[in-house]
Amino acid sequence: MTGAARRPAETPAAPLARQAAEQAARTSYGRLLALLASRSRDIAAAEDALAEALAAALATWPERGVPDNPDAWLLTAARRNLGHARARGATASAGAETMAMLQDERDSTAPMPLGDARLQLLFVCAHPAIDAGVQAPLMLQTVLGLDAARIAASFLVAPATMSQRLVRAKTRIRDAGIAFAIPAPDQLAPRRAAVLAAIYAAYGTAHDDVPAVAEAQGLAGEAIWLARLLGELMPDDPEALGLLALMLFCEARRPARRDAAGGFVPLLAQDARRWDAAMLAEAEALLRAAARFRTPGRFQIEAAIQSLHTETVLTGTANPGPLLALYDLLLATAPSTGARVGRAVALAALDVAAALADLDALAARCTGYQPWWAARAHVLRRAGDTAGARDAARTAAGLASDPAVRNWLLAASQE
Amino acid sequence: MEYTLLFLETPAEMARGETADAPAYWGAWTAYMGAMAAAGVMRGGNALMPPATATTLRITDGKWAVEDGPFADTKEQLGGYVIIDVPDLDAALEWAARAPCATAGSVEIRPVMPNPPGP
Repeated sequence: MTGAARRPAETPAAPLARQAAEQAARTSYGRLLALLASRSRDIAAAEDALAEALAAALATWPERGVPDNPDAWLLTAARRNLGHARARGATASAGAETMAMLQDERDSTAPMPLGDARLQLLFVCAHPAIDAGVQAPLMLQTVLGLDAARIAASFLVAPATMSQRLVRAKTRIRDAGIAFAIPAPDQLAPRRAAVLAAIYAAYGTAHDDVPAVAEAQGLAGEAIWLARLLGELMPDDPEALGLLALMLFCEARRPARRDAAGGFVPLLAQDARRWDAAMLAEAEALLRAAARFRTPGRFQIEAAIQSLHTETVLTGTANPGPLLALYDLLLATAPSTGARVGRAVALAALDVAAALADLDALAARCTGYQPWWAARAHVLRRAGDTAGARDAARTAAGLASDPAVRNWLLAASQE
Repeated sequence: MEYTLLFLETPAEMARGETADAPAYWGAWTAYMGAMAAAGVMRGGNALMPPATATTLRITDGKWAVEDGPFADTKEQLGGYVIIDVPDLDAALEWAARAPCATAGSVEIRPVMPNPPGP
């Protein structure tokens, strides 16, 4: 990972020890942070304590050697820092409870069992009391330790705004006393859906004609890492498998999305030989494993749509009927503007007039929505309205932030 | 809320507007402006003539200095600006990211001062 943020400033440490410290940061950051914050619910204090411990590791490991259990070493050091910080903050007015917890923190020198509290941490990040827009950033920061500036860029938000939102969310978790716990069975389904949606938001939009911001920022890998983690922590959840499958389908096609000259290549024109075959196979296997639970959901359906697109390119045979059926299922399960636009494009292969009517019905809310304009250009072209298709393609180009996509749409606006 | 997007371009990017690449260059800008108009966010704006056409005036201690060219030799030059009306900075950033010069220069986003302080 390039983003083990909160990483202390470079010291002239022995490379091996630094590697060990960085390795610990990469694989254990979220696990350690979850343990440190679970009792006090104070994520910001836990982050500071962990950052201090990582700095100490970089300073001492080169001299004294890497400890046998780096994680336990870091946890002990961080817990000590946390205790000291509380002692500094505790005043005469501190309640007995605080003092007891303080003593507790200082006394606990025995290595604590390294249970995995990351799932609880993910549930905290996606708690309904936390603003939906900051849930994914919060996950990237607390589980992976990414810094606010890098997260801000990938979500196209000003760095100061992102920092502020993250601080506010952490304060809310602490002050509202949001529990580090797996939700009760009656709340589990909606809470799990929120965790999945936040991880998907970290990946960015998966629409093939709109390259994800995350992709441009190199955060796609981090989001997939989160999805894998979730799959390991909740192996019996078909939607967790579906989400990972969906992300892998999109990721596998990334190499084929640009031609040799850097030009944009839409999905159906892609050279399948440039897809990542191993990743596609894994995605297909995940989708099959999810299907065995016989509980369809939004991410499984979206992954199935991507699987069908893949097959269409590989066989050269379009499957408009099954594609439309999947979109209908998706709209019944998780209605969204994006899904409606996708359905209209699928429908255009069967009934272009009906597809156009569906798009028209969405017009009022889609004036600045790039996929709608791109879809409109496609459907109008099919309908034989060349002038209308050109205009729509031009507007879609104006809404594109990726130069390759913009150029491709501009070319379409002149065809 | 109103924001001004200041479009800053590298000299190389700006030069595209007067070469064989001109149709692609202007096509991208026309599409961008058209999309802002279609979305109903545009309040005004202009493209500016190239920096070489600029004249800079400076008065120091009563002495007038009139120079050919822009104020300073910077890496990026102002190519134009728009004023947009959007809910917040996030939305302004989204529009800025769509500017053709975002990948060949930069876009500066400044809130428009609602009521300039009076005397």
